[in-house]
Amino acid sequence: MTDSSTLDAVSHQATFTEGQALAIPTLKILQADGTPYDDAVMPMIDKALALKIYDTCAFIRVLDERMLAAQRQGRISFYMTCIGEEAAVTGSAAALEGQDMIMAQYREQAALRYRGFSTEQFMNQMFSNAKDLGKGRQMPIHYGSQELHYMTISSPLGTQIPQAAGYAYGQKLAGEPAVTICYFGEGAASEGDFHAGLNMAAVHQAPVIFFCRNNGYAISTPSNEQFAGDGIAPRGVGYGIKTIRVDGNDMLAVLAATQQARAVALSENCPVLIEAMTYRLGAHSSSDDPTGYRSREEEAKWREHDPVLRYKLWLINKGWWSEAEDEALYQTYREEVLAAVKVAEKVPPPGLDTLVSDVYDNVPRHLADQLDAVREQIKLYPEQYPATAGKEA
Amino acid sequence: MAQMNLLQAINNALDIAMADDERVLCFGEDVGHFGGVFRATAKLQDKYGKSRCFNTPLTEQGILGFANGLAAQGHRPVAEIQFADYIFPAFDQIVNESAKFRYRSGNEFNVGGLTIRTPYGGGIAGGHYHSQSPEAYFTQTPGLKVVVPRNPYQAKGLLLASIRDDNPVVFFEPKRIYRASVGEVPEEDYQLPLSEAEVVKEGSDITLLGWGAQMELIEKAAQRAESLGISCEIIDLRTLLPWDVDTVASSVAKTGRLLISHEAPLTGGFAGEIAATIQDRCFLHLESPIARVCGLDTPYPLMLEQEHMANEHKIFEAIKASVNF
Repeated sequence: MTDSSTLDAVSHQATFTEGQALAIPTLKILQADGTPYDDAVMPMIDKALALKIYDTCAFIRVLDERMLAAQRQGRISFYMTCIGEEAAVTGSAAALEGQDMIMAQYREQAALRYRGFSTEQFMNQMFSNAKDLGKGRQMPIHYGSQELHYMTISSPLGTQIPQAAGYAYGQKLAGEPAVTICYFGEGAASEGDFHAGLNMAAVHQAPVIFFCRNNGYAISTPSNEQFAGDGIAPRGVGYGIKTIRVDGNDMLAVLAATQQARAVALSENCPVLIEAMTYRLGAHSSSDDPTGYRSREEEAKWREHDPVLRYKLWLINKGWWSEAEDEALYQTYREEVLAAVKVAEKVPPPGLDTLVSDVYDNVPRHLADQLDAVREQIKLYPEQYPATAGKEA
Repeated sequence: MAQMNLLQAINNALDIAMADDERVLCFGEDVGHFGGVFRATAKLQDKYGKSRCFNTPLTEQGILGFANGLAAQGHRPVAEIQFADYIFPAFDQIVNESAKFRYRSGNEFNVGGLTIRTPYGGGIAGGHYHSQSPEAYFTQTPGLKVVVPRNPYQAKGLLLASIRDDNPVVFFEPKRIYRASVGEVPEEDYQLPLSEAEVVKEGSDITLLGWGAQMELIEKAAQRAESLGISCEIIDLRTLLPWDVDTVASSVAKTGRLLISHEAPLTGGFAGEIAATIQDRCFLHLESPIARVCGLDTPYPLMLEQEHMANEHKIFEAIKASVNF
């Protein structure tokens, strides 16, 4: 068996194929004023789903605003906002079923909220306290939840891409009626793991949705210094993967594309690539200041394409939402988030034993010995170890 | 019991593991129908189907990324890296991902089902990229287990234990003796414990410690030393991480001398870790400096392989020097 490419297309003169030959259209459903295009095919959406999506966006807007402020006040060490990309993340998460695995990069807290991660759980992770599911070991925003099928985030970029291929292959072998969605940014798509993951998924027919948030920047690097081709989408075609590009600021377009991608991945046992064109409205992280590499004018232009506002206008046009309800919802979440901050920061840090547990399934002898040595050290210098001194059971 | 060489023992272990647990999968480059470039996975695809034993695209980071995902999902992947020299493209997936999966998630997720098999070591005219012994890069990584068998019986028992262990294991196979090492191997299912060294031969004058293919050279040197009246205690470490400090320390407390030999370069090699730990544990028992007989601190050379390697003659001289110190 050799390859399945179209070898019958022959030329007798040197003819070069350029990227424009693969002009991939962008799916758009909602116009800026919140009315659908006349010929747009709507996604499957009813009032309950529509409002759940909006509720998620409102919560994440509030969470991002408050926790960025909390970082500025020194109450948490680090933060990353999702602002500008709420539609890309929430719209895709809303197209999935609860048993589908989500493997995120780090800017997808909206997907986790959509799944039901509580305000308290968000706080416990960010404050690295004893109630954090991750036992306070990772930096803020590195969320994970087995119960919600949301794989724990890690900092190394792109590593989750081939893992998603393997996870989805495992779901297929186990006969689970489920897919895996894998989020990553356009910068991460330059990593070797992007190539490895898409190729592995295509060759081994894994039911995985690769979802690229192309938001224009990888920290300070604009996308024209990230790649010379036509974005990420044409690469999917090159790997033999069904591919679609969507307006990432259009909630209904993202929802429609992902609903269909899920159906295709599950029924045909194959990967799908979605490239969502969006814009990172905020700084890369709390450690970054974008004024050093892009203009206020550029940001202002994109603020006019606010994905949450566009979606809200659609809801109001449908008669499913009102400005009064909107104000009340935001007020409720502001109070809830503030209250949760105050509770979480008073929860004690994880116990000293968590320093060496979970490195392996059981604590090996050498780690038990090392923990004992730390205990002796804390007894000698208790004032140097305020997180643990005097708190051992 | 059956006569098996080391490759056949590995093939037999994989066969048993796949028959025993349908979550076990074998994959890597050329692992499928062809059965691997060394034939370690021969006939497994015929027996268990293409979905459980298959070729992958030629991408080591892809193989390990895919394996991590499969293991996180609940399968027990046995991923093959064709030569240990080519494990480095997967280093990030192994060190930053596999090793930290359970810890970083607070045990919400783990890749405990993962085993990475890879042929390692020199002595086969393999030059720079078919001879390396990269175990020390991995012993520096909490969360991994590192295992090296020395003969067919060990290989089968340790591989079965590695596949069933609930932690990611890097399993280095001594390819120089893949076919040369032949021995009696039980045909039934059995496991040998991880993190336990084996005292291969008891002695009273010096402890000789190694792993993998190096054990054969250590045993030859020991025989020559015995003929001079030097009684050697020989230990196969078998698992390098977490390693069996107690067995080595109690041996050195008895003999008062320790020689460690490995194929990998001296500087930063795992012998350094052992030497430091044993001088800490056995300071008052040591009668001579701990000796390390290792590869030179050079890339693995082609023509001057014999000069480079920690061969039987170098070990023999080091035994004499230690005893006569």
